Amino acid sequence: MAVEERIEQSPERAAEPSGTPDVRLERVTKRFDDVVAVDDLSLEIERGSFFALLGPSGCGKTTTLRMIGGFEEPSAGVIYLGDHEVSGTPPYKRDVNTVFQSYALFPHLSIFENVAFGLRRKGTRGGNLKGKVEEMLDLVQLSGYGRRKPRQLSGGQQQRVALARALVNSPRVLLLDEPLGALDLKLRKEMQLFIKRLQHDVGITFIHVTHDQEEAMTMADRIAVMNRGKIEQLGGPDDLYERPQTAFVAGFLGISNLLTGEVSGRDTVRLGDGTTIRVRADALDGRSGRVAVGIRPEKIRPDDQDPNALQGVVRERAYIGVSTQYIVETRYGNVTVVVLNDRPGSIPHSPGDHLTLSWDPEATFILDPMEEPA
Amino acid sequence: MTQLVEAGASLRSARLRLSAALWRRPWLKLALLLAAPVLVFAVVYLGALASLFVSAFWQIDSFTAAVVHKWTLDNFRTLWHDHTYWRITGRTIGLAAAVTVTDAVLAFPLAYFMARIAPPRWRALLFVAVLLPLWSSYLVRIYAWRTILAKNGALNWVLNGIGLPDAGLAYTNTAMWIVFSYVWLPFMVLPVYAALERIPDNYLEASQDLGAKGSRTLRSVILPLAIPGIVAGSIFTFSLTLGDFITPALVGGAGSSFIGNIVEDKVGQPDIPFAAAFATVPVVVMGIYLLIARRLGAFEAV
Ligand SMILES: Nc1ncnc2c1ncn2[C@@H]1O[C@H](COP(=O)(O)OP(=O)(O)O)[C@@H](O)[C@H]1O
Ligand SMILES: [Mg+2]
Repeated sequence: MAVEERIEQSPERAAEPSGTPDVRLERVTKRFDDVVAVDDLSLEIERGSFFALLGPSGCGKTTTLRMIGGFEEPSAGVIYLGDHEVSGTPPYKRDVNTVFQSYALFPHLSIFENVAFGLRRKGTRGGNLKGKVEEMLDLVQLSGYGRRKPRQLSGGQQQRVALARALVNSPRVLLLDEPLGALDLKLRKEMQLFIKRLQHDVGITFIHVTHDQEEAMTMADRIAVMNRGKIEQLGGPDDLYERPQTAFVAGFLGISNLLTGEVSGRDTVRLGDGTTIRVRADALDGRSGRVAVGIRPEKIRPDDQDPNALQGVVRERAYIGVSTQYIVETRYGNVTVVVLNDRPGSIPHSPGDHLTLSWDPEATFILDPMEEPA
Repeated sequence: MTQLVEAGASLRSARLRLSAALWRRPWLKLALLLAAPVLVFAVVYLGALASLFVSAFWQIDSFTAAVVHKWTLDNFRTLWHDHTYWRITGRTIGLAAAVTVTDAVLAFPLAYFMARIAPPRWRALLFVAVLLPLWSSYLVRIYAWRTILAKNGALNWVLNGIGLPDAGLAYTNTAMWIVFSYVWLPFMVLPVYAALERIPDNYLEASQDLGAKGSRTLRSVILPLAIPGIVAGSIFTFSLTLGDFITPALVGGAGSSFIGNIVEDKVGQPDIPFAAAFATVPVVVMGIYLLIARRLGAFEAV
């Protein structure tokens, strides 16, 4: 059920020059006693985008979100919503709504009254209120549920009520803190697509916090990968996956193989034993000295069709259904290779087999060499 | 010898059969487990109530003062037609209601401060302060109030000291109201505290997030979620006041009798049937109170 018209915006918001970011953080730091939860973080979030804050537990995602929502004040730095600085503005005056991790639906109010709560605070009454609430319940596919109490709904339905309750206020920004954390895997996958479609339909900026890289990549247009209160890298899902700039990002978004060597030309790296491999020139970007060359497992082919080649012996094999994962022992250590099972019949390689591995130089990325491989 | 073995075997098989039967019917196990306490409860508690109710329909022989086991509604008729009993019932219920409202009004802010604002150390201190009076005897506390409110008591002494006239509270309904409100306050504070403490922080954040200021959050979120606690507390304060006869006797005046005082008098005369008849009144009032509370949804777990 696509809703064609977008939720109407406040006149003040509509008057802003287009291109004004909806949310801007300038050198924001948040300290709790001696813990630095968010560390000198700057960020701009474009209007109408689906933005994800991705990172391991404890990296400061929730704290960042709570500062935007007004539940925490930064220890230093400034936050803008549109072109307004919002320091010291309480949550009830901010043009932002939140979907809480455990939904926080009011247990004593009906679904209708939960969704109507924000509208009533703005003085919406009567038929107008009823119309808006019902339209919203319809949008999250819960029309007819208005008279029930939250406890009479399943987890997925409660989740959608929480979305409706926030979105009905047509906020400038919707904040979602691990909104799918409490759902089982299948429902989580469904809700990922549901929320993504919803965001597209309503056109409101979403900021989605998650520690699940797959969820972030499925849903978001842009992702900020956070680590220890800082942003490690910001970009589209493909940027982050194909061209990670730090070992942390490379590791957080999936498995990668890293080969350490010395830069030997504009697009070549010499490995420890003298073998030269070709890499992407723009990834090398004029670097010199020691670097780590990264290749994702599915970019490596178990044949010699691509320019860079390595010999190895299959050590382990894991059949995953869609694909098979091999651990291949090479001169440079173990290499993980993932091969799509796109042909009928048996799995071609077994432990003990000798194998040639090859990959396209375009599929490589370059990182600083690590002391210890992650 | 063989007999003994056989007996042992049959005993064992009987035991196995029993345990299998219990396993197949879990309710049976529960029934066996609960039988004894339920029986004691039924006999002692409900039995006493029933015999009270039954004896209310008996009568007393005016010459011998012996109980006559003849069914009659005379006791209830007297209660109904004599205005004195109406007045006493009205006073008892009215004071119970006033005490309940007073305690709710006093307990809510205190419990709110304890549950949601006070740092842990303060909270512990306040708990002790609320519970401390319960560590001394109820009688001691009432006597303490008697001396405070007495004509030459502490209250008037303080008032006179700052140039004000006597409060004149000794042996009045107001004195009873003050003393009742004081002695039952902890029974209101604790359940309200428990209800407030259980409210997750993120409900309050969600309310703010949706545009509600503090006062609106208090009215629309906190208060409704505290209602079950307030009702639980009110059941204590209301029923404890309703059934009391010591405070009216000790701090009340000439016209301060409660239902309990009349019941005590009649038991002493002895006119057990009339005492029993009057004693059913608070039971019925309490029953109605609980029904109303339930109708208002106070017992629904939210
Ligand atoms: N209210 C608080 N008091 C003290 N420390 C906090 C508080 N909130 C968060 N922290 C700390 O700040 C860090 C970041 O927390 P958080 O933002 O919740 O991380 P995330 O959401 O990424 O898991 C953690 O080390 C956490 O313990
Ligand atoms: Mg978090």
